[in-house]
Amino acid sequence: MSEKAANENTKLVENATCTFCGCVCDDMMLTVDTKEKRITKAKNACVLGRAWFAEHYIEEDAPPALIDGKPAAVEDAVEEAARTLVKARFPITYGLSDTTCEAQRQAVAIADLLRGCIDTTTSVCHGPTGLAFQGVGESTMTLGEVKNRADLVIYWGGNPAESHPRHFGRYAVTAKGMFTPQGKKDRTVVVVDVRRTPSAPAANQFIQVKPGRDFELLWALRALVKNRKVNPEVEALTGVSVEAMEALVEKMKTCRYGALFLGMGLTMTRGRHFNSGAALALATDLNEYTHFVAKPVRGHGNVTGADNVMSWQTGYPFGVNYSRGFPRFNPGEFTTVDTLARRDADAAMIIASDPASNFPQAAVEHLRNIPVIALDTKSTFTSRLAHVAFRTATYGINTTGTVYRMDDVPITLRKAFESPFPTDEEILKAIKKRVRELTLTRGQARGANAEAKAAAPA
Amino acid sequence: MTDCLLIAGGKVYDPANGVDGEIKDICIEDGRVTAAPSSPTRVIDAQGMAVMPGGVDIHCHIAGPKVNLARRLMPEDHRLDPHPGTAQTRSGVGGVVPSTFATGYRYATLGYTTAMEAAVTPIGARHTIEEFHDTPVIDKGFYVLLGNNIFLQQLLKEGRREEFRHAVAWWINATKGYTAKLVNPGGDEPWKGKKNSNVKDIDEKSAVVEVSPRQVIDAFIDGVNALGLPHPPHIHCNNLGHSGNVSTTLETMKTAGDRRVHLAHIQFHSYGGELGKNPKSAAREIAEYINSHPNVTCDVGQVMFGKSTIMTADAPLAYMLRGFKKDKWVNADVECESGCGIMPFSYQEHVYVHALQWAIGLELFLLSKDPWRIILSTDHPNGGSFMSYPKLIRLLMDREFRREEIQRVNQKAMNQTLLRELDREYTLNEIAIITRAGPARALSLKNKGHLGPGADADVTIYDEMEDKEAMFNAPRYVLKSGALIIEDHEFRRDYTGRFLHAEPAYDEAIIQQVRPFFENYYSIEFDNYAVSDSYLHEHEVVARAP
Repeated sequence: MSEKAANENTKLVENATCTFCGCVCDDMMLTVDTKEKRITKAKNACVLGRAWFAEHYIEEDAPPALIDGKPAAVEDAVEEAARTLVKARFPITYGLSDTTCEAQRQAVAIADLLRGCIDTTTSVCHGPTGLAFQGVGESTMTLGEVKNRADLVIYWGGNPAESHPRHFGRYAVTAKGMFTPQGKKDRTVVVVDVRRTPSAPAANQFIQVKPGRDFELLWALRALVKNRKVNPEVEALTGVSVEAMEALVEKMKTCRYGALFLGMGLTMTRGRHFNSGAALALATDLNEYTHFVAKPVRGHGNVTGADNVMSWQTGYPFGVNYSRGFPRFNPGEFTTVDTLARRDADAAMIIASDPASNFPQAAVEHLRNIPVIALDTKSTFTSRLAHVAFRTATYGINTTGTVYRMDDVPITLRKAFESPFPTDEEILKAIKKRVRELTLTRGQARGANAEAKAAAPA
Repeated sequence: MTDCLLIAGGKVYDPANGVDGEIKDICIEDGRVTAAPSSPTRVIDAQGMAVMPGGVDIHCHIAGPKVNLARRLMPEDHRLDPHPGTAQTRSGVGGVVPSTFATGYRYATLGYTTAMEAAVTPIGARHTIEEFHDTPVIDKGFYVLLGNNIFLQQLLKEGRREEFRHAVAWWINATKGYTAKLVNPGGDEPWKGKKNSNVKDIDEKSAVVEVSPRQVIDAFIDGVNALGLPHPPHIHCNNLGHSGNVSTTLETMKTAGDRRVHLAHIQFHSYGGELGKNPKSAAREIAEYINSHPNVTCDVGQVMFGKSTIMTADAPLAYMLRGFKKDKWVNADVECESGCGIMPFSYQEHVYVHALQWAIGLELFLLSKDPWRIILSTDHPNGGSFMSYPKLIRLLMDREFRREEIQRVNQKAMNQTLLRELDREYTLNEIAIITRAGPARALSLKNKGHLGPGADADVTIYDEMEDKEAMFNAPRYVLKSGALIIEDHEFRRDYTGRFLHAEPAYDEAIIQQVRPFFENYYSIEFDNYAVSDSYLHEHEVVARAP
């Protein structure tokens, strides 16, 4: 292990991973005060990463579990959580983007046993890009390819300078690679957005599109790529001149390796999956002229892992329902905002997420009215309204495990110091065990030979 | 006392031990086949049934980054084919690219108990092993993609063959792979370059690394054999799918000389005719070469009509196919290591090329003289789902059925092939070879593919039926390592199979060579790259059989 003791109470953790955002930078050098249980320095971290590590501390006095706000033993809380979930007719599970794949796998297993719904924060961020992917596919890459090859980088509807501060330096703008030895000098960078964000100064060109007109601009660009004429009215509609569009198209068609990064400015505005679909299709079209790739810039540290685990276990990336004994996918029906706002759900397990702080009013209202099981590293709006709340160890700081970077590259976490609290995986495993036992005894288990199961060896 | 299970009175097909349909008892203790039956605690009456070792799939795509992208890509395919759970088993979805749980269970329902994922990028190894945790019943391993690895190609360019071999061994260890996989060696750089082109000739040197595919192939055959890996380099030749690619395939085999080599999905590489025009069958030339060269093993990569998914590290090929179909398409460039192309596809009886591909696969099976070296595969899901194996077995075993099927497909294509004249029918013993004993031998899995003492008790028991498709579609019993997984066609319990990998020795000095390259051109830290032992569940290190 790459841990060196500097003095008695200090240790260094090299090649640690920051799980704050989807960049999942794995070059952190953490200085840990093992006595105070704090990270005193995070070398290589960006401003967000430094805050992520610096603000992490252990509330030793906090109870590991609460039932209706009162401290409880973890075993009792597990029992209550399992009973609550098994009793429910429409239990939902949500969150998952800030925990390890190992925990995510347990969560999906529980949803399968419960015949409930399971959904991740993808449904409120790049879910539309997931739908667009299903529609048109995606020409894409790992981030190292952008570093090594890309001579044209376009950010559309995102502001990485503030949301993913190291995206520029580590992967896409100033990064030096095999065919880009001079970094920024070997690249052209374009930012397209509705306002001049702090990312714009990093670009060679900033293109301002009128709010809600991304689709129109993307579609016009697609037409121009295919050498079609566009209706001049598109200028007034999008706020971008046809001349500027043609110049951008020329850049795209003549580059050696182009990369288009999609932000949530495309997915969470008018048009949603049409916008991201148009962007992905544009990158695909350009392969007739040169090598061109696209990639959504994902937010949470392991939201990409959640997409992956959901996909391999259920076949679908988010918004899954097991009520018929097998996974079904229907965003809008099985996504969490909808199951709550429609008041379908009668119990919810929220893992590593705080929907009570950011969901629409109607959804939060319903969350207050049903029993909620919450797993989080700290007290949140959601954990405070929960029937059963677990306090768990923070992934990447107090736990090992696997996370997937925004480009699907899996990385193993290193533990900086011990937490007195259990991991999400441990709690979920315990809940799964009890849920299995409870569903069996009440004869709810699936299949023709449920009784045989009870007798079968484990 | 341990449980002892006796499979009594079945007709046993165990070609590795020269047993061809003899009525014989098989005794199982502690997950292994034992020689002499002690007093059995359980007897399975297998009268009227065929007893075979569990099936071994030597080439399929069932786990890892590209498979998961394909799963995400096709909700429409999953929706039509739900896979409900049972009291013992997890639920999932099927279709051409099933979810992990459905993959494991469905292999088991065909009597297959081992499957090898045939193409994993090194950087995706961790992901693949994670999916393997959730792929039940079967034992599994993967071949790691090294044929377009830029660092390895640079070593070759500089003539550093010894270091090359150590680096290959390091990569096998770092990823926990089974052997090296080459896919269209030399093709990645032209693809990732501006023109989206491809390498066209086995002796054409890539402009970037200045190494020809032949040099890469030669070096891997040497290196992998010297390292004692359990399986020779698993090669997907250049020019897959192109008319006239037979010359490339023959040249690839000639490069091997008399050294061990495995050619993947050789059907896709057995096309005559001129580039850019309709292909013709070159199955006879390929079969003749293989018949006379015992160092060569291959799997067929049979095309089966219906849905498939193109899923390949041969990115320019997928892009070419997209040009025909204009369907949704995924391309995924992987830094310093590989390319990847994915798209939904379907093979149709009336289409000349598809019918020809179907016929060429069957010709290869029927013209091949040594069933030990021609292994049944559909390159799942590229040529069709593994779920179509029973139908493929019937096509091989049942001449009349084959004739009926020939009538239903494009006749112009049939005119180009010998298929109508081939009367051969595979026997059950030969089927046991091409689906079990042969692949186990090619993989050096000395405890698999047979039912002699010491063998893993992976056993499949089929009701004997006239209709071989029905027979192979639903074994009555399936045992995995002695555990009775399927009994009377129903799942009795869940089971986690073993992970199979290799651990070749190497000089650790090579790490100091890889590290600086890595630090310059990869986007993750070198020390976070190798897959640690913490990812292993039950596992077995396999070395080359003597």
